[in-house]
Amino acid sequence: MTTYLEYWLRMTQCALKGSRAYYVWLFILLVFISLGGVSYYHHLTEGLEVTNMTDQVSWGLGIANFVYFVGVAASAVLLVYPAYIKKHKEIKEVVIIGEQLAFTAIVMCLLFIFTDIGRPERLWHLMPFLGGKLNLPSSLLAWDVVVFNVYLILNMHIPGYLLYTLYRGEKPKWYLYSPFVMISIFFAISIHTVTAFLLSGLGTRYFWNTAIMAPRFLVSAFAVGPAILFIILHVVKRYSLLDVKAPVFEYFKNVMRVTLPVNLFLLGCELFKELYPDTLHASSAHYLFFGLDGHNMLTKFIWPAIAMNITAMIIVVTPKLRAHPIWFLAACILSIVGIWVEKGMGLIFPGFIPTPLGEIVEYAPNLGEIFVSLGITALGALIFTVITKVSITILTGGLRMPSEDDPFEPRIIRHD
Amino acid sequence: MLVEKKLKAKVSRRQFLKGLVAVTATAAATGSSSTAKAFLWEEYFQKHYKNLSPEDKQKVFARIENETKKKYGVDVKVSDPPPLKGVKFAYGLNLTKCNGNRLCVAACQKENNLDRSFGYIKVLEIDKGTMNLEKGNRYYEGTVPKEGKFYLPIQCNQCEQPPCTRACPIEATWKEPDGIVVVDYDWCIGCRYCQAACPYEARHFNFHTPEIPAEEINPNQSYLSNRIRKRGVIEKCTFCLHRTRNGKFPACLEACPTGARKFGNILDPNSDIYYIMKHKNVFVLKEDLNTIPQFFYYFD
Ligand code: SF4
Ligand code: SF4
Repeated sequence: MTTYLEYWLRMTQCALKGSRAYYVWLFILLVFISLGGVSYYHHLTEGLEVTNMTDQVSWGLGIANFVYFVGVAASAVLLVYPAYIKKHKEIKEVVIIGEQLAFTAIVMCLLFIFTDIGRPERLWHLMPFLGGKLNLPSSLLAWDVVVFNVYLILNMHIPGYLLYTLYRGEKPKWYLYSPFVMISIFFAISIHTVTAFLLSGLGTRYFWNTAIMAPRFLVSAFAVGPAILFIILHVVKRYSLLDVKAPVFEYFKNVMRVTLPVNLFLLGCELFKELYPDTLHASSAHYLFFGLDGHNMLTKFIWPAIAMNITAMIIVVTPKLRAHPIWFLAACILSIVGIWVEKGMGLIFPGFIPTPLGEIVEYAPNLGEIFVSLGITALGALIFTVITKVSITILTGGLRMPSEDDPFEPRIIRHD
Repeated sequence: MLVEKKLKAKVSRRQFLKGLVAVTATAAATGSSSTAKAFLWEEYFQKHYKNLSPEDKQKVFARIENETKKKYGVDVKVSDPPPLKGVKFAYGLNLTKCNGNRLCVAACQKENNLDRSFGYIKVLEIDKGTMNLEKGNRYYEGTVPKEGKFYLPIQCNQCEQPPCTRACPIEATWKEPDGIVVVDYDWCIGCRYCQAACPYEARHFNFHTPEIPAEEINPNQSYLSNRIRKRGVIEKCTFCLHRTRNGKFPACLEACPTGARKFGNILDPNSDIYYIMKHKNVFVLKEDLNTIPQFFYYFD
């Protein structure tokens, strides 16, 4: 027990020590977190009325971001699968970063929901062991709560356990993590599928009520995830002692070569299905892509987003461009932003426009909502930075349990 | 505007504190062991309506009555009339008679202590010759009925297969044996998933604390229907269950001057609604969604 407490103490020390750049980065994040905190406090005291949401468009930016980050969380499986199942050596060396990204993304998702509900203090109603009720098996939202929590715990346990054994200089016992790895692969797919079902299961929202929602979600997740990880691992390689080997980056490139085109293909399928028969059920799609009765707030965003996705795709499928680091970085950024628009606001908002009875009320988030979302994103970045820093220090041998015959305190080596 | 809001927030906070003091005083006076803290605790950890014992319910109802007294200075009575055996409510609406005067909307607001900015009933003005709801206008003004238009009131259909209750993650909304879909406002967490699931826009979310003129508060209240809601929860039409379970008609029906509205127990061969189902060509909205509405429309 004391060793474990010591371990946490050491990790905290490690997290608090860093270069100047590290502190500046944390400070910037803290500024955004505070802005988000203040805005959320305003939502809490004044009610959700101060947001731009209405009875007509009753979910806004928060839920859009929720859906997006579920994808980020699910994409960890892209590292977990080759690392543990295929025993890909180079990927195994960095898999922990993927798992921690998943953990962070899940925490963010939970916060996006938490800050969006009208009665956050009643959250215990979701916890059966506290006297709450979960409406299983009928409610998809209840299922989401279950799979999210399981996935969260798995992504805490697996890297947590492996790091702790590494810290103690022991060999991890396979039965304490391997079975959980298998389960986590299943749950990575589940969180995103259930979230897709949550939307596509609503018969009255024709825009969401499509069979390819879940596959589309997964493919877009597997397009965004590698793009984010590609950037993160570059930063890690550059600024830490952890050596990320070339095959890892190659692997991401190969994944994106498949997922970016498939993502666009599925979007095309969706478009065709909506627009060619041109039934009344297509009005949301009309609104999104062309505007409806003079309302066209989203068209200004969706077309640039599609242009970004197409550009990114062209880069990743063209061997010359793909090989060029700057071009590829551009492709990553373009798909991160492009899919954020397409899958976040481009998916959630039009589901409400027009309403089931045909009213058109547009929605754009206000500054408060944007700050809350930015705050949660910054908090996610902060959590991720800190845990990644600590775990890299452990991975690279900078943080070890002092052994009896080694009276020296473990030194923390370069960590910034 | 902002200043006003802030002032309001301050006042309500002060009222809250005052209420707290008052409750502590009452608790002390009645010699009960509960303190203000225990009181808040009780409210916070209040169980789901279906798990409340009769004693719990009495306490909860008394608390709600107290709150209303504190906030509005009005004496109200909160109860929970149970669903009656052998009763299944349904609604019929004669579109030939409805002339779009919206007296039902106003009566409903008053009866159900709604915030005055919205209504459970939405009346769409639609061009004759189409049934396309998307072409309807719910914000029409001026004298009614207008040439070439007909009027289609929409409220909760009390669906037999309600997608809303299925959506709710915590069973805060459910269908009662007499067919009425209700919400436990003290259990709802305000996630608004049920609202996204409803094909008839029957659900309203309290983005702000409902504002009701004190002198217009309806004191005859029930826990699952028209008691005054709080901010952050969902609400909807309950066929005025505090009236209909006591043998009265819904307020909207009584307010309608044209006789377009018919209501009753569909299992009772002597009821109006039974007659309509037998003798009229009725239809429901969005039948393709298979929600099986219990709200029937017909033309004469
Ligand atoms: S009309 Fe809407 S709120 Fe009413 S029962 Fe049907 S789905 Fe639920
Ligand atoms: S808003 Fe309330 S009633 Fe509706 S689904 Fe959420 S918790 Fe249930």
